[in-house]
Amino acid sequence: MANAYQLKRADFVFRNENDYEKILSKTLKRDKQDIINELISSELKGRGGAGFPTGLKWKLTSESKSEEKYVICNADEGEPGTFKDREILSKVPYKVLTAMAVCGHVIGAKKGFIYLRGEYKFLQKELNKAIEEFKYFCNEIKLDFDIEIFMGSGAYICGEETALMESMEGKRGEPRNKPPFPTTDGYMGKPTVINNVETLAHTFTIFKYGAKKFYDLGVQYSRGTKLFSVSGDTPKPGIYELELGMSLQDFVYEFGDGDTKAVQVGGASGFLVPRKKFKDAAIGFKGKLTGISLPTGGSMMLFNSSRSMFNVLDNYLEFFREESCGQCTPCRVGCQQLLLGIKAVKRGDKPASYLEKLMRLTETMQYTAKCGLGQSVANSFSSIVGNFREEMIY
Amino acid sequence: MPNKVNLSINGFSIEVSKDTTILDAAKELGITIPTLCYHKDLCVAGNCRVCVVEVAGQKRLSAACATPCEEGMEILTNSLKVRNSRKHIIELLLSEHNADCTKCYRNGNCELQELASEYKIMTQDFLELVPHKNYTIDAYSPSIIKDDSKCIRCQRCVRTCAELQGVNALTCSHKGDEMKITTFYEKHMREVVCTNCGQCINHCPTGALVEKNYIEQVWEAIADPKKHVVVQTAPAVRVGLGEELGLEPGTRLTGKMVAALKRLGFDSVLDTDFTADLTIIEEGTELLTRLKKALVDKDETVSLPMATSCSPGWIKYIEHMYPEYLDNLSTCKSPQQMFGALAKTYYAKARNLEPENIVSVSIMPCTAKKFEAYRPEMHDSGYRDVNYVLTTRELAILIKQAGLDFDRLDEMKYDRLMGESTGAGVIFGATGGVMEAALRTAYEIVTGREVPFKNLNITPVRGMEGVKEASIKIENPVEDWAFLDGVELKCAIAHGLVNAKVVMDKIKQGEADYHFIEFMACPGGCLGGGGQPIPTNPEIRQKRMEAIYAEDGDMPIRKSHDNPEVQKLYKDFLKEPLGEVSHHLLHTKYTKRERF
Amino acid sequence: MNPTQSLIKDLAEKYGRKRENLLPILQGVVKQEKYLSEYSMVEIAREIDIPAAEVYGTATFYSFLEAKKMGKYVIRVCRTITCAMKGKTQVIFAIQDMLKIKIGETTPDGRFSLLETNCLGWCHKAPAMLINDEVYTDLTPEKVREILSAYMKKNHL
Repeated sequence: MANAYQLKRADFVFRNENDYEKILSKTLKRDKQDIINELISSELKGRGGAGFPTGLKWKLTSESKSEEKYVICNADEGEPGTFKDREILSKVPYKVLTAMAVCGHVIGAKKGFIYLRGEYKFLQKELNKAIEEFKYFCNEIKLDFDIEIFMGSGAYICGEETALMESMEGKRGEPRNKPPFPTTDGYMGKPTVINNVETLAHTFTIFKYGAKKFYDLGVQYSRGTKLFSVSGDTPKPGIYELELGMSLQDFVYEFGDGDTKAVQVGGASGFLVPRKKFKDAAIGFKGKLTGISLPTGGSMMLFNSSRSMFNVLDNYLEFFREESCGQCTPCRVGCQQLLLGIKAVKRGDKPASYLEKLMRLTETMQYTAKCGLGQSVANSFSSIVGNFREEMIY
Repeated sequence: MPNKVNLSINGFSIEVSKDTTILDAAKELGITIPTLCYHKDLCVAGNCRVCVVEVAGQKRLSAACATPCEEGMEILTNSLKVRNSRKHIIELLLSEHNADCTKCYRNGNCELQELASEYKIMTQDFLELVPHKNYTIDAYSPSIIKDDSKCIRCQRCVRTCAELQGVNALTCSHKGDEMKITTFYEKHMREVVCTNCGQCINHCPTGALVEKNYIEQVWEAIADPKKHVVVQTAPAVRVGLGEELGLEPGTRLTGKMVAALKRLGFDSVLDTDFTADLTIIEEGTELLTRLKKALVDKDETVSLPMATSCSPGWIKYIEHMYPEYLDNLSTCKSPQQMFGALAKTYYAKARNLEPENIVSVSIMPCTAKKFEAYRPEMHDSGYRDVNYVLTTRELAILIKQAGLDFDRLDEMKYDRLMGESTGAGVIFGATGGVMEAALRTAYEIVTGREVPFKNLNITPVRGMEGVKEASIKIENPVEDWAFLDGVELKCAIAHGLVNAKVVMDKIKQGEADYHFIEFMACPGGCLGGGGQPIPTNPEIRQKRMEAIYAEDGDMPIRKSHDNPEVQKLYKDFLKEPLGEVSHHLLHTKYTKRERF
Repeated sequence: MNPTQSLIKDLAEKYGRKRENLLPILQGVVKQEKYLSEYSMVEIAREIDIPAAEVYGTATFYSFLEAKKMGKYVIRVCRTITCAMKGKTQVIFAIQDMLKIKIGETTPDGRFSLLETNCLGWCHKAPAMLINDEVYTDLTPEKVREILSAYMKKNHL
């Protein structure tokens, strides 16, 4: 059992299939409800990290009554350690565009946006070309669906869906209160489906090969494949498509450098797993039968024994101190307290027991922050301090 | 879809309409949930997170102010998890806040202090963040002091400035730890479109925004034997002051306030209501003159509708936002400034005083009045017409410092010469009041008859609706005003600058055919002014308004033109409305300002 | 009409004059002028008829919308975890050494500005940096010197 190698590679997302015209035409002919049902039965969950069932999202939005609706592709890939969406948009943009058009058809939207992070501006030109070509085809098949790129300008928080919409509306990217949810009150207050780039790419796979093919991959509650952005102390950094449900142990066998001390799963807002817990940690959504399960947007950062976990945490907290939108108290002030707190403990200005006070604060941040990101900013703190307490002190 | 939902809060069941927030539902059950960023006047922000509550089955806590009730919810507002989290939030806010409470202007009336006290935050475990920030204090405005070190970023001021006032002088800038409340390019308040209305002060939970106070200067003037210190009190002060002294909103304190002012040592306690009556004569005449020029002389240079000019917040607003409409403003100074100009001329002469020895103090429900008094043109007496403007709140401070027992004061009357007033003067304190007072007088001048409303109460112009419209048809006018026969005088009233914008935009679009418009910068008019007691909310303003109209009802004289002291003023000094002396002392001009 | 005004007018013509067009307009001005001056923010506010404070508040939220004067080439070196682990500090030293400026500064000739930035999304090829919109990855001090030399030459043309 211990060494059972269970990493299952897959090749769907980047498989270059020049048949989007066919898939789009075919899918558009299907009954809308049928498309939704297929997505639901695939059990595809959002690949941005939050894991909301995609089919349900489309269903709810399709049921919202409104003349105007929108489809947004969330390409504000800002989570440290994540770079898969960039690759999808540069290699197989038409899959995303096709998925957006199908979504528009299903929910009754005529307009789609790709919110592209400012850091990826160099992609804009090629992507626009792909959009032009795609629109040309839409015209040919008389599909009334327009797609345009909306450029971000350097704000991590805009990856949060409602912050992203605020940003598109020309405002500060501050997350909204939920409810209401985008399915009823999204961009410009209209029902909106907002999906991560990778999520949309997977729907293409589902439209092409059917839900069953997708469902048969992965494990219970975590179906299908997922792109993993692998970085840090690894001999083979890069993007890998793997079936969900693998254990972290297997992952480290494959990608570690033989000296892996810990893996940060899910980026700076994710969790750090120390070596001793690798075999108990499964990568997938909640409900895995044994051990801890870690939902993820696909960021896998490996650290070997030469790395100081204090420095790692310090780097994350610096990131959040700056990238918190700043509107809600727990996230804005909490991030500053965590950052200054570990420094104070390191310097000896605060006793080691202050870490426990900060640990309790991370709970409050998780319970009370306004948005999903604010609720998860302290994950890295609790998992790093929880597992490497001594590194924080000495 | 059912419009009602059933839920339980702390074990008590309640049925509320859908869309009711947890906060409101709890209130119905008599359960208070603490709040900071929430304010009844404003949209829900849900960003301070103090109001979090536990919803059974959910790991995360929900902000009670922003979460609608749902069927079957089981809510706990005081579970251990809630308490611990709430305490953390308060501690976090304190760590970011300059909590040197004893040196704070809002010490004793601060929502954060109150919460810290309630939750017994006795130690500061978290690191103090204030030293890490380059906080500055902006004290360059004559009205408002902004101290960022006390700001808890609840954004109530930003929402106030945008939603209630449509001014948007304040904004949030930057993000993360650098997120702050600031102005365009972080300029000083006096350099931006700020109207000095002070609504941000009224809505600030802490001491981050306070009025610039002139308490010490006034004490010094009172103590100076060479100075004759006159004080005038605005209409809305008498119905607001009580709240600062622990009395119920809407308590009428005119007589006791006068007594208190005398005990404080003012040499003469006079009434702004007197110059409110005077304003009616001047402004009413100005309106009728404009109408005559437009209707009879067909003079196309006459600007109509004519807009009132009593509210200095509104004046600065129109100077910034609609400078092309300055000719539509009545040239009348506000009652405060009329008073100031007369105090150092007419009053000085009558009392045989050297004007340079007169210190003119006014008690106003308003912070914009401080700015108004400092306008360079407000110097027509040859001296600074009004020396110091105190808010209702500052007056309460004077009273407390002097150790006066308000309960034991006997009611007194205003001193004479510029102390006599009418019901028309006092209703200046409420939205629609200037209009009502003007109509009571103008209608009578034109027709020789009283306005055709029961007890002179022109109810259509009263009330809290943002924009009110009314018209009054003129029939059988007296000979001088025969040209107005059959004319329907159309009026509008707007309070809160966001409503002023509605009316001004209508005029701009050519969609309005009003003759006369009353504009007040603050919600509810002066009674909801930026210098009035904190807190403010719709219920409190309603009570103050009822008190104002009760004052009016109890006055023996209810029409400005019947004010004997005003009549005497014209006879002895001004000679006639819009006459030469009036022109010099009581009228003013306006300044075009930048909108951006 | 001065160049800034006509730039803003053109951008407003292109993108529209609604609030939701604000970001593209701000981005357009930054692209041309390298930063948002007080003047340009006022003109944007005027052009699309929103409060100037709102323009300022929105612009300062986004790290790529600089409110400080920037050089012709804005260098943004990623400082997030993997780049930090893989030698971004050495890269920055090399740049500072070559351009004689510190982080946050602009060369006196107005050609280069040096900034640090948060994750650029090139962790598998760390360290990474942007020069304006161009990405450079797998940086070493030697490589960054070469890149900058090329820019310096380009600039002399």
